[in-house]
Amino acid sequence: MAAVDILVGSARLSDERNKIGFELRTIAMVWKRELIRFMRTKTRILSSFVQPILFLFVLGYGMTSLVGTTGGFDFKKFVFPGIVSMTVVTTAIFSAISIVWDREFGFLREMLVAPVSRGALVFGKALGGTTIATIQGTIMLALAPLIGVHLTVLLVIEVILLEALMAFALTTFGVFVASRIQKMEGFQVVMQLVLFPMIFLSGALFPLNGLPVWLAVITRINPLTYAVDPLRHVVFAVQNMPPAAAARFATGVTIFGNTIPVIGEIGIVVVFAVIFLGLAIRGFGKPD
Amino acid sequence: MTESYDSASNGPRPENRFDDLLPNARQNTGVSTALDKNVPVAIDVQGIEKKYGEIEAVKGISFQVERGEVFAFLGPNGAGKTTTIRMLCTLARPTGGSAKVDGFDVMQQPTAVRRRIGLVFQEPTLDQQLTAEENLQFHAVLYRVPRDQVEERIESVLRLVDLQDRRKDLVSTFSGGMARRLEIARGMLHTPAVLFLDEPTIGLDPQTRALMWKDVLRLRNEEGVTIFLTTHYMDEAEYADRIAIIDHGTIVALDTPDHLKKMVGSDTVELTTSNNTLASSNLETQGFSVKVGDENVVVFADNGESQVTSIIEAAGVPIQNVRVHRPNLDDVFLHFTGRQIREGPAERSFPMHFRNFGHRR
Repeated sequence: MAAVDILVGSARLSDERNKIGFELRTIAMVWKRELIRFMRTKTRILSSFVQPILFLFVLGYGMTSLVGTTGGFDFKKFVFPGIVSMTVVTTAIFSAISIVWDREFGFLREMLVAPVSRGALVFGKALGGTTIATIQGTIMLALAPLIGVHLTVLLVIEVILLEALMAFALTTFGVFVASRIQKMEGFQVVMQLVLFPMIFLSGALFPLNGLPVWLAVITRINPLTYAVDPLRHVVFAVQNMPPAAAARFATGVTIFGNTIPVIGEIGIVVVFAVIFLGLAIRGFGKPD
Repeated sequence: MTESYDSASNGPRPENRFDDLLPNARQNTGVSTALDKNVPVAIDVQGIEKKYGEIEAVKGISFQVERGEVFAFLGPNGAGKTTTIRMLCTLARPTGGSAKVDGFDVMQQPTAVRRRIGLVFQEPTLDQQLTAEENLQFHAVLYRVPRDQVEERIESVLRLVDLQDRRKDLVSTFSGGMARRLEIARGMLHTPAVLFLDEPTIGLDPQTRALMWKDVLRLRNEEGVTIFLTTHYMDEAEYADRIAIIDHGTIVALDTPDHLKKMVGSDTVELTTSNNTLASSNLETQGFSVKVGDENVVVFADNGESQVTSIIEAAGVPIQNVRVHRPNLDDVFLHFTGRQIREGPAERSFPMHFRNFGHRR
């Protein structure tokens, strides 16, 4: 009897292990599909660089002449981490929102009727978006020498990790939004009403200190603010900024005069990601 | 390949076509349990019903589908076909009754059911930006095809639908018919016990439909899968072993195509002769049931085609014209529902292709 029990017990155990194995295999497959699709759409890769580069050079040079240079530090350098964030955010949202296309072309159904957990599908999708967005954002770092931003190996590693967190949070958010959109037209609305305001009001393009109260409030509510600031923080940390420049282009988000530590900001982004991962999984399972 | 094409293009021979492929279906009629892998019926439906608010889409229907059977649900749009298929695939929850697919309850064990079924929807569900192979690989993972079998299965299902050459091509380059056939292949990838096809040929041109049917019959022959399909094309139902005619959410008739036709009436052989009166009296003496019309003699015969020679012999007069009429499914549908199945203009042009081998007139 005991032997049988052990056998049954171990069978159950291996069942559980198999189950986890299958879930992982599903996650990996959904992830792989995202990458294959991404590599296949050359125009998408190219177009996702055009906008940030345009912002970096047009806005960067334009504003530099207006704002001027403080201790050898100019607006271009200030905005650079913001532009990298912008690339990551746009790519992540675009990737997540491709679910709307999947619905339009029917492939979403293939996924939803399969005997797999919604969690595995959403997680795979989110990881795919995270990978793509992180790659895109990291490629943007190649422009750093052009505008005089100093890079170190450690900095690149830090940036990649922060990009990945930002991308994961934004992809889960995007999947949640996409699961609410039934029609292609809704996509434009999301871009206009969600994506652009989120980027513009995140401190990606202007310093967060000294803003009028209403704008300060909005930027503090915007979760993206807490994803962009740590990135800027680590980039600025290795730029040998003179104190005057550091004061002018300050990093850190203050609420009621208290500066939130970087680890706290990362915590906020993690919580945001977890909440939207949960909401995305819930929303994803509603077929037709 | 050519072999199976030939066997299919000989036209519908609905009875006893593939009985040799159904060893278990005929013999094993024991009580089925979820643990028994040789459960006798593939689909067991008991009084299943679906209400959407006040509207009863499916009004408590019961039927069984045997293993290896090609079972067709025939009815007009809105008759409850798709609702039934959705309930059997666990995509819609029945509001009453029960159903088992491959021995698993659709309400109690939906995941087990989904793993054992293949699904082909009316609408395409392929990823256009992936190749045929990649679409299949994706499916293989989702349906837990063991890693070491994936390659072999992909090869074999692509061969079944004759798409081996397009394996590495993007689905976006496929024609509508090829895409549909790839979906059928994908539905078979995880060796399901039952393949559900919801209006599989909708929107396809006649030639592609014919090809698709050959594929479907080949699947059953080579893989022994049970096929459950819905259609509102009479001609397609002819391919099925058994047909359930569904109208307003109830099954109004369920039998083999031949039996259904016999219920409607026997075959008739119409003769135009040089002397109709003489011919008819000759035939009556030989024991045929005859009616003399204005210009012809109508002989009622159970199996008109095979009796044509003996009828002509018995008539004993020169024959100018012979026409065998076998009741078709249009007649059957009309008989059971009191109306003709609705067909759009696009569908009307189609049936002639199949009719050419289906019915000799």
